[in-house]
Formats: sequence, C-alpha cells, structure tokens
Amino acid sequence: MTLWFVFALMTVAAIFAVLWPLGRGSGAQDQGSEVAVYKDQLAEIERDLAAGLIPAPEAEAARVEISRRLLAAAASEPAMAPKSNLKWRRVAAALALAGLPLVAVAVYMPLGSPKLQDFPLAQRQRGSGMAQSLENLVVQVEQHLEKNPTDGRGWNVLAPVLERLGRFDDAVRAYRNSLTYNGESAERRSDLGEAISAAAGGVVTAEAKTEFERAHALNADDPKANYFLGLAAEQDGRKGDAATMWRALLAKAPADAPWRALVQSSLARVGGGTMPALSDETIAASKDIAEGDRNAMVRGMVDRLATRLKQNGDDVEGWLRLVRAYLVMGERDKAMGASADARQAVAGDAERLRQLNEGLRTLGVDG
Amino acid sequence: MIAESGHYALVLALGLALIQSTVPLIGARLGDVALMNVARSTALAQLLFVGASFVALVMLHVNSDFSVANVYENSHSMKPLLYKITGVWGNHEGSMLLWVSILALFGGLVASFGNNLPLSLRAHVLAVQAWIASAFYLFILVTSNPFLRIANPPIEGRDLNPVLQDIGLAVHPPMLYLGYVGFSISFSFAIAALMEGRIDAAWARWVRPWTLVAWIFLTLGIAMGSYWAYYELGWGGWWFWDPVENASLMPWLAGTALLHSALVMEKRNALKVWTILLSILTFSLSLLGTFLVRSGVITSVHAFATDPTRGVFILLILCLFIGGSLALFAGRATSLKQGGLFAPISREGALVLNNLLLTVACAVVLFGTLYPLAMEMLADFKMSVGAPFYNLTFAPLFAMLLLAVPFGPMLAWKRGDLLGVTQRLLAAGVAGLVVIAITWAWVRGGSALAPLAIGLGVFVIAGAVTDIVERTGLVRLPFATVLHRARGLPRSAWGTAFAHAGLGVALIGIVCETTWNSEYIATMKPNDIAHVAGYDLKLDGLLQRQGPNYREMIAEFKISRDGEALTVMAPSKRSFTTRGSSTTEAALLTRGASQLYVSLGDATAEGAIAVRIYYKPMVLLIWWGPVLMAFGGVLSLSDRRLRVGAPKPARAKQRLQPAE
Repeated sequence: MTLWFVFALMTVAAIFAVLWPLGRGSGAQDQGSEVAVYKDQLAEIERDLAAGLIPAPEAEAARVEISRRLLAAAASEPAMAPKSNLKWRRVAAALALAGLPLVAVAVYMPLGSPKLQDFPLAQRQRGSGMAQSLENLVVQVEQHLEKNPTDGRGWNVLAPVLERLGRFDDAVRAYRNSLTYNGESAERRSDLGEAISAAAGGVVTAEAKTEFERAHALNADDPKANYFLGLAAEQDGRKGDAATMWRALLAKAPADAPWRALVQSSLARVGGGTMPALSDETIAASKDIAEGDRNAMVRGMVDRLATRLKQNGDDVEGWLRLVRAYLVMGERDKAMGASADARQAVAGDAERLRQLNEGLRTLGVDG
Repeated sequence: MIAESGHYALVLALGLALIQSTVPLIGARLGDVALMNVARSTALAQLLFVGASFVALVMLHVNSDFSVANVYENSHSMKPLLYKITGVWGNHEGSMLLWVSILALFGGLVASFGNNLPLSLRAHVLAVQAWIASAFYLFILVTSNPFLRIANPPIEGRDLNPVLQDIGLAVHPPMLYLGYVGFSISFSFAIAALMEGRIDAAWARWVRPWTLVAWIFLTLGIAMGSYWAYYELGWGGWWFWDPVENASLMPWLAGTALLHSALVMEKRNALKVWTILLSILTFSLSLLGTFLVRSGVITSVHAFATDPTRGVFILLILCLFIGGSLALFAGRATSLKQGGLFAPISREGALVLNNLLLTVACAVVLFGTLYPLAMEMLADFKMSVGAPFYNLTFAPLFAMLLLAVPFGPMLAWKRGDLLGVTQRLLAAGVAGLVVIAITWAWVRGGSALAPLAIGLGVFVIAGAVTDIVERTGLVRLPFATVLHRARGLPRSAWGTAFAHAGLGVALIGIVCETTWNSEYIATMKPNDIAHVAGYDLKLDGLLQRQGPNYREMIAEFKISRDGEALTVMAPSKRSFTTRGSSTTEAALLTRGASQLYVSLGDATAEGAIAVRIYYKPMVLLIWWGPVLMAFGGVLSLSDRRLRVGAPKPARAKQRLQPAE
C-alpha cells in the first residue's frame, strides 16, 4: 500500500513540474539575446584596450566589425511580443494530467513487480521470510570457509553435500582441503578419489586411482578404496583382477554392510559372481557382454551430458568433463569435435574462453 | 520498495522526456513563453527522477539486495563498499543508467544556468535533449532494465568481474560519460540552430562552455582509462588501438576540432556551417562509440553481455539520430548565412588547418576501427588493424599537426604574417634542434625517428612558452609591466598555452616509453635477482593473504640500485572464487616520471613464479600531458569573459611592424 502511495506522490510531482510553468503568467522574461552578447563584446574590447592587451588600431577594427554585427542582429531580432495561447496551454495541461500517468502505468505495469518486497542482505541474514534451502546453507558454509579456509571440519561437512548436489569439481576441492587441514586418512583419500571419478563421469581416472591406492596403502581394508580399485581394474579390462579384489572385499565385509549388494552385483557383472567353472568360450562371451554393458552405460552418461551442453553451452566445466570422457573412451576425434564446439559455445565470453582453453591444455587437447 | 520506486522514477522520467520533447517546440512555434518554459521545469524534474532512480540502484547494490537481477549478477555481499557502489556502473544496465543520468544532468544544467539564452533557443535545445533522452530511456526500459526482479532471491551474488574491482572503475566511466554525453549539448545546440534557421557568433559563445566541459572530461576519461589498462592488465601497455579505445578517441579528435572551430566562430563569425557539422559529427561519434561498446559487436572487457536485441536497438537509435541530423543539416545548411572572410595565412587559416588534420586523423581512426568489423561481418574474414597501420597514417598526421601548433596562437586574426611568426619562434625551434642533437648523441639504440619526435615535443612546449613570453613582453619590458600584463592576460590565453604544452609533454612520454623501455621476463625462485635498467630486484619470497572476497599470492621484491636499497615492491595475483577467475595486481615504483613495473604470471609447482618486469622511462609524461591539457581547459572555462578576435587591419600593417 505504501508503495502505491509513493508512486502517486511521485506522479503528482511530475505533473506539477509540467503545470507549474503553464500556470505562471507570461510576463517579461529574463532572457539573453544576440544583441546583448555583441554589446558585451564591445565592452570587452574597451577593457582589453585599457589593459594594453590589444593595440588601438586593432581595437578600432574589431569595434567596427562587431558594431556591424550588432546592427544586423538588432534588425533581425524577431519582435517577440509575449503571446499566450490558451488553447495549446490547455492541451499541454491535459497531456500532463492524463497522458503522464497513463504512459507511466502502461510502461511500468508489464515491467515492474510491485508485489515484490525489497530483500536486502541485513534482512536476509535474520533469516525471516525465506526458507533455508540446502543451497542457501551451502552458500553460508562456503562463505564461512572463504574467510576461514583452515577450518577442516567445515570442509569435511561441505564436501559430501557438494557431491550430492552434483558439484563434483567443488567437492574435489573441498575434499582436498579437508585432507590438507584434517590430515591423512584412508577414508578421506577414497572419498576424494570417488569425487574425482564422479567428476569424470564415473570413470576411475589415473588421478582417482592414485588416491584409492594411497587410501589402500593407509588401510588395506578400506572398503571404498577396494571397491574402486576393482572398478578401475574392470575399466582397464582386467576382469579377473576386479573379481578377485571384490571377492576378497566381500569375504571381509560385515554381513550388514550397506554396500554388499553393490559389490555383489558388480561381481556378477564381471562374471565372478557364482561359479568359476565355465568354459573359456563362455567367459570370453560374457566378457564381451559385460564390456558392452559397461560401455553402454558410460556412453549413455556421456550422451546425456553432450545433449545438455548442446542446449546450454555456458558450462565450461561440463565441456571439459565431456572432452575428458571422450579421451578416456579413446575417441580422440570426438574429443577434438567437442572442444571445437565448446570454443564456439563460449566464444562470446572472454573469461570463460580463457578457462576453457586452460582446461583443454591440461587435458592435452591442442594448445 | 526502493527497487520499485527507482523503477517507477525511471518510467516517470520517460514520460517527462516525452512531454519535454514536444510541448516546448509547439511553444517556440507559437511564441508562447509558458509553453517554452515547460522545457525548463521538465528538464529539472527529469534530472530529479533519473537521479532518484540512480540513487535507488546504488542503494540496492550497497544493501546487496539480490532480489534485483542486476545486483545478483554483478555484486557480492562481501565486496568492499567502494566496489559495491562502483559496481553499479560496472555492468551494462547500470552503465546505461549512468549514461542517461549524466544526460539528464546536462539537461538540468542548461535549464538552470541557461538564463543568458534566448528563450526559443533554450526551448529547442532542451527539446532535442529530450529526444535523445526518450530514446535511451526506452532502450533501458525495454532491453536493459536494471530493476528487473527475481521472485526467489538467491542468497549470494555472482560478483563483479574482478578486473573491474579497482579504483579505476570509480573514475574512468563517469569521466568518459561526462565527456561523451556532454557533447550532446553542442549537438542539441546545432540541431536547434538548424531548426530555427539562425546561427551567429552569439551561438558559439553559448555553446563554448558546454563543449569545453565535455572536452575536459573526455580528455581526463581517456587518460584515466589508459592508465588503468596500463596498471591493471599486467602487460604494461597503455594504448592498444583497440576498437573500444578508438571509440573514445574519435569523439575526442572531433571534439578538439569543434573546440577550435567554435573559437573561430565566436571570435570572427566565420566557419559557421562547418562548426554545426562538427557538432553533429562529434556527438554522432559518441553515439557510435556507445553502439560499438554496448552492442557487443566487439568482445572486450567493456562488453559486459552480448544480446542481439540491444545491438539492433542501439543501431536504430544511431541511424535515427545521425541520419536525421545529417539530413536536417543537408536541408538547412544552405540557408545559413555565411560568415566573415579571412586570408589563408591567418589565425583562422591555422585553425582551419588544425580542423583539417584532426578530422582526417579522426577519419583514419574510424576507418581502422570499422574496416575490420565490416570485413568480419561481410566477408567472414578476421583481421586486426593495429599499431603498424596507425604508425603509418595517424602518426604523420599528428606530427604535421604538432609542427603547426606553435604557429597558430601567434598568427594574427584575419591576415597573419608567417615570416614574422617564424622569426619569433626561432628560439623555440633552436631549443628543439638542440634537444634533438643531445638525444642523438646521448642515447643508444631505438628508432632514428625518436630524437626527432622528442625535438618536436620540445618545440611544441617551447612554442607555448614563447607565446606567453611574447604576450606579456617578458624579455623587452620592465618586470612590473610584465607582471601587470600577465595578470591582465585572459585566462583563455594561459589555457591555450597549457593545453598545447600538454601535447608536447605527452608526445615526449610516448616516444621515450615506446623507444627505450626495457623488459625482463623470467621464472624466478625466491632469492633470485633480476637486473633491469640498472635496478636489482631480489625476490624475497611468496606469501598468501586473504582479502575480503579473494585470496592473493604476493611476491615481495627488494629493489636496490647500485647497492643502495630503495624499497620493497609487492605485486600480487588475486584469485576470486565466485567468478573462478584471477587478476594480476602490478606493483609500480615511480622514480621521477619513469616507472619500474612488476607483474606476476603463473606459479610453478617448484615454488618458482613467472615474473614480468618492465622499466618504462618517462612513462608518466603520457598522462601528465592530458592532465595539463585538461588544466588548460579548466583555465579557459573559468574565463567568463567574451572572446573577441581583433582583426589585424590591412593598412596598419606597415606601421605596426617596428613595434614588434
């Protein structure tokens, strides 16, 4: 309500600005004229002459010239008897009274959001009115960590949340910070490895594998490290090694471990689930199938990413992830194609283009 | 409430501008004083409402109200207060709001201080201002509205482009806009004169202060922008012949020409039609600059966002105003009375030469700016026109101009005596030659043209001094008389001398910097020592620090010269998390007019860091020159007296000769 009152006051002030001169009589107005300028110029010459700035003959010549202009100006000066045209003044007044508010409302209504309150920072921090969504909480924690980057506990809390929100690259950074400030532990290493492979679209990259190996070195029984090392072996095509690792993992696992089912299904995928007594032929066949399945899964993920980027090309991280995935899958042509597309998509934004180029360089796709 | 009130105020300003663009014109046609006076009150009210709108946006940025899309996209709650304020115009929408605010400011100034104008002229001028304003209000409201809201406001903003988080943003854009937009006044005056069909010396007298104000701000704005690029981008370059820079240089060249031709018009009632055309061209070039920068045709730090509808809209405004005004000019110019006559060798003649050279230089820059764009658009062929092109075209033109500069103010009006002036400039010429000889003997390396150019700079400065000496009679009259005459000398004469000397100063700086700068690029480890131009820079160590919204890595260098420790320089690299980008903060050490410049590259894993070190001799002269020019402009502006160009009478020539 107050807002409409303010709008009304402002409109009245604007209308008043138009009506005010209309209401005043058109008496003798204070105004400049050409004649006045030339008269001032003549006076100026006298002053310059007195100060000795111009010699007398030049002053005389200037005086003659200006006087000539003065006469011409006086002759051509329109005889401006102040006229008043009541009809047009009424039109102008009507324009101000009706036209101004009409234009204002017609332009403002489709553009403005009069129902929306202001939302300054101070009010927001009191937390009133706004649901504390997960994203907002994350932002608050991030702000806190920006100021206190050595708060290891904060990074510990933040990292899994970021991973769940799909911000894998941020999660990787958070896990790294957590490692730096909380110290080494097998769990943190393998969490970091998991985030890295999540960022790579599910592929256990060499970087991720290093992390899992470190975790394994710290604690040979760390289930996550063991599982992912198996996955890495599977992705490298060493099915047998993968099966061995997973079987060992299941043997040591407590009966109620929540990840049992996952490992079992993985084991089944590489064909080490039930019986070892299969002919070489069958093993070879199932290997092919499993290979096909895995490829189909990864490919599906990559395709989805590619489609998303086609619709919204702003996401530099996404492009890098796509290029990396193609590289991991050994499809260098597609990787090159994707990096060309990416360059085109972000060409309008110098900053993004720079980030992209840097990322591509670290991936080893041209320089 | 603040957001919506600001939005509504902008809409009301549009309404007022529409009234201001029509009612006063009707009043002028009918001779109705009241209707003409509507221009004045609406211009002031417009200023009030646009000002309120601008203040509202500033408050929203300061309060970090992320329910406003513009604030969300360009601000961050942890940004320092100064950058929260300057961030208002560090983005497309806000900078357009600043543009119209300044337009309204100039309109308001004409309305409140235009008492010495004839009523109908003032009505016309303000109406034309309102046309421009209406077009830009519409542009802002329709395509670049800074007051659009977000229903579910995010908790944190996206932060301002880190490169712009600098004190330079507080100064450079407002100054540049004051210059760009200031030329709208002379444009409006020119259109008003064409519409009224009357133009005379009095017109030039009324336009002069506005042109001068715009020129002063544009000069400072360009210089400031150049210095900002120099210290912020980390490459030590101060002018790149980038289209965006050219976009500001073109109105400056045309505006400088306008300043001089308006002088001829005021003093001698000549060059009237040309002056009108220059007024139109200068503002057209300002609009073109706005188009180039704001439409996203050019990718640069200035193009905040690219949006084709904006480009089309500005192009439309551009065509409407430039096309319309030139058509009006073509139709009405012939009906304007021609002014006084003058001999080719005279002050007027010199100013015509000045105009000729400046406009040709401007045309060269225009060609160099638009040709690559046209090629890219029509032939899909990317090319860049850079320093080599301008060195071959722009530089010789300017050299000619500078050679002529000292002669101009010493020639008499109407008919001059070139030989006499040459004799009087002999001392200045000798000074230039001596400097050439000394430079040649003293320095090693560099272009053979450099000493010549320095000599030219000295000649320009000495010429400006000679002019003052001549006018006060310093050498031939007793000191008391000299003092009296110096005090009586119009401040505009002092202004001329300062502005012309500023040209020479800037030239010397440019030549020294480009010819004799030395650079050292290397990867340094702590305790490494770099030797550049006689200075020893020892990298002490790298340290990390947390800023308000960034983290920075600082490298500390101990500087010494000949074993004597001077100071510590600390360039840094800042990384901003929100935008995920980083900036380099160069460290500068000023010694006289020369500077030592250190900026950081990337750090390597082994604790080493890439370092760029430059020694730039006399580099500060490049910016002191424009500051001197602007100071000259201020002196001339403060001279409220009328300008009379007393002509040299033909008969009196013989008689006067011996006295000189």
